[in-house]
Amino acid sequence: MSLTLDQVARIAHLARIEVTPAESEAVRDKLNGILAMIDELQSVDTTNVAPMAHAQDLAQRLRDDAVTETDRRAAYQAVAPETEAGLYLVPKVIE
Amino acid sequence: MQWEVVIGLETHAQLSTVSKIFSGSSTAFGAEPNTQAAAIDLALPGVLPVLNRKAVECAIRFGLAVGAEVSPRSVFARKNYFYPDLPKGYQISQFELPVVVGGNLVLQVGQGENAYEKTVRLTRAHLEEDAGKSLHEDFHGKTGIDLNRAGTPLLEIVSEPDMRSSAEAVAYAKTLHALVRWIGICDGNMQEGSFRCDANVSVRPKGQEAFGTRREIKNLNSFRFLQQAIDYEVRWQIETLEDGGKIEQATVLFDPDTGETRAMRSKEDAQDYRYFPDPDLLPLVISDAWKAEVKATMPELPGEKRARLEAEYGLSAYDAATLTASLEVADYFDAALAALGAAGKAQAKTVANWVMGELSARLNKDGREIGDSPVSAAQLAGLVARIGDNTISNAIAKKVFEALWNGDGQSADEVIDKQGLKQITDSGAIEKLVDEVLAANPGNVAEYKAGKEKAFNALVGQVMKAAKGKANPQQVNDLLKAKLAG
Amino acid sequence: MINASLKELSAALADKRISSVELTQLYLDRIARLNPDLNAYVTVDAARSLAAAQAADARRAAGNAHALTGVPLAQKDIFCAEGWRTTCGSKMLETFVSPYDAHVVTRLEKDAGMVSLGKTNMDEFAMGSSNETSYYGPVQNPWDRSRVPGGSSGGSAAAVAARMAPIATGTDTGGSIRQPAALCNLTGLKPTYGVVSRWGMIAFASSLDQAGPMGKSAEDCALLLSAMAGFDPKDSTSLDRPVEDYARDLEQPLAGLKIGLPKEFFADGMNADVAQAVEAAIAEYRKLGAEIVEVSLPNMKLSVPAYYVIAPAEASSNLSRFDGVRYGHRAAEYTDLTSLYKNSRAEGFGAEVKRRILIGTYVLSHGYYDAYYLQAQKVRRLIAQDFAAAFAQCDVILGPTSPDVAFRAGEKAADPVQMYLSDIYTIAVNLAGLPGMSLPCGFAQRDGKRLPVGLQLIGDYFSEARLLNVAHQYQRATDWHQQMPEGL
Repeated sequence: MSLTLDQVARIAHLARIEVTPAESEAVRDKLNGILAMIDELQSVDTTNVAPMAHAQDLAQRLRDDAVTETDRRAAYQAVAPETEAGLYLVPKVIE
Repeated sequence: MQWEVVIGLETHAQLSTVSKIFSGSSTAFGAEPNTQAAAIDLALPGVLPVLNRKAVECAIRFGLAVGAEVSPRSVFARKNYFYPDLPKGYQISQFELPVVVGGNLVLQVGQGENAYEKTVRLTRAHLEEDAGKSLHEDFHGKTGIDLNRAGTPLLEIVSEPDMRSSAEAVAYAKTLHALVRWIGICDGNMQEGSFRCDANVSVRPKGQEAFGTRREIKNLNSFRFLQQAIDYEVRWQIETLEDGGKIEQATVLFDPDTGETRAMRSKEDAQDYRYFPDPDLLPLVISDAWKAEVKATMPELPGEKRARLEAEYGLSAYDAATLTASLEVADYFDAALAALGAAGKAQAKTVANWVMGELSARLNKDGREIGDSPVSAAQLAGLVARIGDNTISNAIAKKVFEALWNGDGQSADEVIDKQGLKQITDSGAIEKLVDEVLAANPGNVAEYKAGKEKAFNALVGQVMKAAKGKANPQQVNDLLKAKLAG
Repeated sequence: MINASLKELSAALADKRISSVELTQLYLDRIARLNPDLNAYVTVDAARSLAAAQAADARRAAGNAHALTGVPLAQKDIFCAEGWRTTCGSKMLETFVSPYDAHVVTRLEKDAGMVSLGKTNMDEFAMGSSNETSYYGPVQNPWDRSRVPGGSSGGSAAAVAARMAPIATGTDTGGSIRQPAALCNLTGLKPTYGVVSRWGMIAFASSLDQAGPMGKSAEDCALLLSAMAGFDPKDSTSLDRPVEDYARDLEQPLAGLKIGLPKEFFADGMNADVAQAVEAAIAEYRKLGAEIVEVSLPNMKLSVPAYYVIAPAEASSNLSRFDGVRYGHRAAEYTDLTSLYKNSRAEGFGAEVKRRILIGTYVLSHGYYDAYYLQAQKVRRLIAQDFAAAFAQCDVILGPTSPDVAFRAGEKAADPVQMYLSDIYTIAVNLAGLPGMSLPCGFAQRDGKRLPVGLQLIGDYFSEARLLNVAHQYQRATDWHQQMPEGL
């Protein structure tokens, strides 16, 4: 499978990465090169093979319901680009 | 054309845990912004989620309560999308393999004679994390993000599209609301957003099999809004179709001020959530032993209790359903019966009548919940006991109830005693009053003898008035009849 | 002193022949002299390191020291360390000072009392095999400054190879410890998935990422791994197993050891002089009493395509948190929320990272998930099953770490697929979650320079101690690992 410029634009939008029209052909070509390599997977018969999502075949470990965190807002917000009154600020969101 | 309404509900119930689903932050409501948002909740680089056992236990409780299958193995998936209240850029949820599959909810729709029972099938229930909050007040034209709520555990409960009216949808929501509180997995506080519904609404010509195109109304946080939003949406869809228009699938918001629904702008993009198993979280395994352990701690469920009330106390299906409509009502009823002790069984119907009648009406009038009723279950039991042993009549009992409501006495006995409300059952004393009334009201006596039944009631009234309401009504009736016949 | 083993350093500190402050200063001086060219460290904070060294000396004086207390190390800049800038090789995190510690940092610096000399350069978000994708500039290979040190833990590899640190931490998602170790003549170990906590280690591909030691010998790696491994309740994939002393089996003789050679490793693709060095190592193992058997990993060739679906898919999601809202780079120019996201991410991420995010987004997207992502997961299962079958016939698997020695800077930068193929021998290990290591096994000549060749050992789950034993016995019989680049 290889990508069209429209598909590149759609993927870039989904990933929220600006790809300018000037870049888009070069990006597409590189992605298509990678996809061509990946396409080798299509040649394998995987009927009845269970997908493997994790490197361990184990059950999830759980934790007890206890409050272990304290307020560290000042430390966390020290690295934030823009805050006010304890809130992170972003451009106006319209729902 | 006749239209049929089709409604399915997705309900988010915030689970009653003290800490978040994947972090040790507090879930307490109302803290200063971002003071309950720790590294995991903020999605700092390098942080990892660890699942809260209690949240899973809540899901198991729910599954058991609705007769669903609790999955022995379920999987957490990432739902990927960008939004400022979603710090990781994905929500940890469950997609292909949810923790609870299937189940049913039995509803009582409508009231009194028009009431009917309906069973709504559940599709599934899955665990997921809540998002933060966007505050749109003016920060120089910007939006403020508070992530205290981010990571709060939710159980999303999805129904089949089985409901056919807003009344059924509301009955479903109320029944579900009562159930999650009943089994102690959600506080049900709708103002704080602990229980909120999305309604999928469509219409189709009556008799048509295929569903119409649905629109999803998001985030309805009161039963009234749920009703209003669905009613508006249904009208709008029917009008649109009858005007030759077409319904486009959409996500809409309900505006309580205008009573209208409108499409959400942020959902205009076709979504592609790219769900995939969360590599940070191995499959969730729930053993039979764990299920059995949880089962052992389950309270009697509303359905079980209903059946028992009917069988043990001979209550009607409607009464039993009403008394089990919420945990608080059921608890109140139970407590009153318990206070009556051995007499409880015989007085169950009277207690039921008082709870559903006088008490319920009085609570409604004052806008109070049964949980903070000024008349306690023990006080009501004391009152019913005095009705049962003929110490007071029903009419006097209402006076006593009113006194208890207003705090004029600690118990029915105290009120009866203080206000001298004890019923007169001494037949000699009643006969004396009857004789006096008959002598003083020859006109009524004549009318009664001429065949006017109403005159009898007037005579009864006169006797009761003379007795200050305290004479035993049955004895008054009997004596009057005997004397008039004589 | 700069060639001393961890054991020797530990003894010198214990005997007060040197203080941690002196030792730390010695390394800081070397860093000041060598790093401007090599660029192995992106962040050095001498005052912080010396303060930690002072604390270590005090701890030794107080008599509650760990064996490694006061021993300096280099930390890959993928580990969050409170108060340290933590960049992950990206412009996105250029100003990010971590408010918390990675579990590895807690274990090594707080529990063991080791002294961090600084944060080492790396491919951006660990995506690369040459260290050329770092926003902070390429790292030079100390063996030939015109060549790459490998990646993504290239800074750690160069730092230890140039003796700017006695040992370093690295992380390995598809070979990022083993390949730079091979290219810089170091010993590096990627443990079984789940042995070292991932808490505070900035995620690339969560189901593959694993941290491990990179040092001058198997013995050093065993000591560091013992200090950095262990159960961590904050990582739900961390394995709750008894604490291990990974050095316990180092001195075991190898007689009776069955070494499996996967025929697919030796088929083609390996450079002739690399093959020669590997063959010589096999001969050495025979001398040490090992039995050599042929095994097969028939799906090995699919590991690169499977990896380049799974790793980018996970990465595309893992890197969504870098959105310019709570930390990290925020674009100066934007008109609305969407352009804030798009511009911040376009500016904050480099080309390779963006490529992988886009590939990952695509393989997970509607209509492609089954053909790519799910298929890759199934192939991953086949690869893991191949290893299980092979380990029924042998104790460890042996082969090359990399098809060639260090390549020239810029040589593969223009062709991502060529770059990806340089990890052909290492990737399968991550897919299966197995432990693997690389150790020096000789040199090849390129342009008149001696360039190290790496030998890879792969073990069954939790066989780290055995792998280290197999490597250590080889290192007792050979001196490849003791050789050091000239002119330093």
